[in-house]
Amino acid sequence: MGTTASQLRKDLLSEYQELTFLTKQEIILAHKRFSELLSKEDRNVPTPRVPMEKVLSLPELKSNPFRKRICHVFSTSDMKDGSLTFEDFLDLLSAFSDSATLEIKSHYAFRIFDFDDDGTLDGGDLEKLVNCLTGETDDTRLTTEEMRQLISNILEESDIDKDGTVNLSEFQHVISRSPDFVSSFKIVL
Amino acid sequence: EEEKVGEEKPEVLSPEELEKLKEEVDERKKLISTLRGKPWPMRKKLLTLRESHEFVEKYEGALGKGKSRKLYAYKVMMLKALMGRPYGSMPRKTVPRADEANAMDFAVLWDFGVITNCLFGYAQYSVLFYGYYNSQRAIGWLKFRMPLSYFLVGVGTVAYSYMVVIRTMARNANEDGGGDNNSFNFSWKMFTSWDYLIGNPETADNKFASITTSFKEAILEEQESRKDDNIHLTRFLRVLANFLVLCCLAGSGYLIYFVVRRSQKFALEGLESHSWWERNEVNMVMSLLGMFCPMLFDVISALENYHPRIALQWQLGRIFALFLGNLYTFIIALMDEINLKREEEEVLKLNMTIWEASLYNGTLGVNSTAPPITVHPADIPRGPCWETMVGQEFVRLIVSDTMTTYITLLIGDFLRAVLVRFLNYCWCWDLEAGFPSYSEFDVSGNVLGLIFNQGMIWMGAFYAPCLPALNVLRLHVSMYLQCWAVMCCNVPQERVFKASGSNNFYMAMLLVILFLSTLPAIYTIVTIPPSFDCGPFSGKSRMFDVIQETLESDFPAWFGKVFSYASNPGLVLPFLLLMVLAIYYLQSTSKSYKQANLELKKKLQTVSRTINKVLTLIQHLLYSLCGTCTDIVCSPESKKKGGEHRAHQGKSNHQIPPSATSPPAPRGHRIPGPLPGNQWQPAPSVQRVPNSQRH
Repeated sequence: MGTTASQLRKDLLSEYQELTFLTKQEIILAHKRFSELLSKEDRNVPTPRVPMEKVLSLPELKSNPFRKRICHVFSTSDMKDGSLTFEDFLDLLSAFSDSATLEIKSHYAFRIFDFDDDGTLDGGDLEKLVNCLTGETDDTRLTTEEMRQLISNILEESDIDKDGTVNLSEFQHVISRSPDFVSSFKIVL
Repeated sequence: EEEKVGEEKPEVLSPEELEKLKEEVDERKKLISTLRGKPWPMRKKLLTLRESHEFVEKYEGALGKGKSRKLYAYKVMMLKALMGRPYGSMPRKTVPRADEANAMDFAVLWDFGVITNCLFGYAQYSVLFYGYYNSQRAIGWLKFRMPLSYFLVGVGTVAYSYMVVIRTMARNANEDGGGDNNSFNFSWKMFTSWDYLIGNPETADNKFASITTSFKEAILEEQESRKDDNIHLTRFLRVLANFLVLCCLAGSGYLIYFVVRRSQKFALEGLESHSWWERNEVNMVMSLLGMFCPMLFDVISALENYHPRIALQWQLGRIFALFLGNLYTFIIALMDEINLKREEEEVLKLNMTIWEASLYNGTLGVNSTAPPITVHPADIPRGPCWETMVGQEFVRLIVSDTMTTYITLLIGDFLRAVLVRFLNYCWCWDLEAGFPSYSEFDVSGNVLGLIFNQGMIWMGAFYAPCLPALNVLRLHVSMYLQCWAVMCCNVPQERVFKASGSNNFYMAMLLVILFLSTLPAIYTIVTIPPSFDCGPFSGKSRMFDVIQETLESDFPAWFGKVFSYASNPGLVLPFLLLMVLAIYYLQSTSKSYKQANLELKKKLQTVSRTINKVLTLIQHLLYSLCGTCTDIVCSPESKKKGGEHRAHQGKSNHQIPPSATSPPAPRGHRIPGPLPGNQWQPAPSVQRVPNSQRH
């Protein structure tokens, strides 16, 4: 394969390893995959950014219904275009890694599900969430009546202070009791 | 940083300041170790890390050295550092997760057997039964008190078992967080059903389809359960179902009693004249009943039309009643046999005196003595030993139960899987999808089996001391066998419903079984006199007399007196009353604490939302005030971060104009704790330390 244009500095590598849940090999692999996504001109920029479309072409994210939300959540771009630097990419992989804590995973899951970025999951967010999960075609979608029923059931279960939305702590309360969450909320390169 | 080179002021750092510095350094170190668990962007984490590293390196050296001049300089630096603490909040205190919880579940069942095994000195096979043990009071040069130790071990293991079970229950109850017994059916489907490891578009489509189906099913089920039509029919059916179940239970109880009676008759006629079945009838019948009745209950419960979790609880309750009924019928029948044996004993005692007299050929008068005649031990007629008989019955029960389990496994699971797999090619309907298909792994049934197995061990352990050791062996074999069977022949249950929200359901069952199984043993110890000819308590009028004997002979006289005062009913009864009152008191306070806990949780959430709203308001005010002030110290990165955090505030009442400048992030990269939205969410109830240090 040949060496990538910029190798990762050793001191940076150990710092990244201290700050994420990834091992050194995983970070090096991530760097390699990230560099493959860069276009020729971007390789020599100090902190290159990969546009969202390129990130979405990764096989690990291609089939994920939440891929756009994931990019938006981890992106530190001013223009809110979902582009990722290498550090954002590492944050992404760290949160989805095997050894990440439940707390970190639930925090990011909440932000991913919060479609309108207002800090709570209201009816609109939940509806978009269900539509993501039931696929894009019309025959797999739920009817309006079913959707209404579903959302009211969810709010009944999770909304403790009965304000019509699910906030972060209510969300984490629900997630902490789920047996499957930690094992399903995983992305490995 | 000024280092006063010329001045030799011997200023020494006071111990409190040193202490504070040390604390600060430790805090920074803790912060570094928890950084990876913080939901911050990488830039911020990197800057924090570098800063903290610098701080730690600088001051760790200072704490070790004692030179006064350098100390003065460090003192100045330290004061600056303490005053300008960059982080508004203490690093969160993390509570390590107790992962021993899982290991303990089996330890309850295993601890018991291993300890009893170790405590018994002799390792020969004949030590299995009560009758082997000598009643000699002190054995060997160490004066080992055999009868006393036998008694104490028997009682001690029961007490230890109680302690372990209750301790596990208490720990489980603590973990539950005080009575939050909800199941988040729909929420879990929403938030946790997608598998993020899916990379194949076809798999993703399948997953979408299955999620949609499960949503629709769950919605439908919810609607059905709310429907209330024809409640009278349902009620009638349920009453009918319970009646049928009662008939079943009564029938099985009578059947066991009948076969035990028959086996007694066979025993009187001599066992050799009967077939294998007739000899082992009782155990076989009990095991078969244990196998087929639960299936029957399952079929009957189809009448009842309950929610699956409720149906499961009823099923478990019925199986419980079945096993209990069978076991107690067995014990009552055993009691009859014990009485029979004791009558035999009386007869034998009478015959013994006659036999002894015949040895002397009637040459003695009433009051004369004669030199003892040596008779070979094998010629002396042995008395019947009811305790050994009880032990033997239990061993046979355990063995037949084990055999039944293994055979059911091999036939019901393995053979069935083989048939379904290979006959499917030449059969008219699809064997795998329809009847009979592969067998499901029944979690609750298996756990119940383990619990009852343990109950039988507790019952028989006093009379067959090596029974726990045998059981440990059996559990090992079962584990490997069932492990293989489950991977090879079973399919997972279609609907996974836990019997109850907490782990204490099965623990509570274990506790009840412990109580019910030790009851017969204790009854026999207290009421029935031991055999005169076998066992460690032979010759005594009651088994617990050994305690009395020990107190009289091995302890000083005053001890015996104290003990007799302490065991006076006049003292014991008030003490018992006091304990009952204490239990009542503790129960009521714990209830009120749970209530207070729940209320506080709710209050905490409302307060956090209010604070969030207030802070958002303050932030907006600050924006409008410092609208034109672009922070000189602000680096480009903090602008980015500021923008991102702005997006995650609590509900805001008006839009922030896109041309607004970055929030006044004070002092460069140091962002104060409270302001940016998500970071000020109240800490979740339990913090977890990242559980692996990757190097």
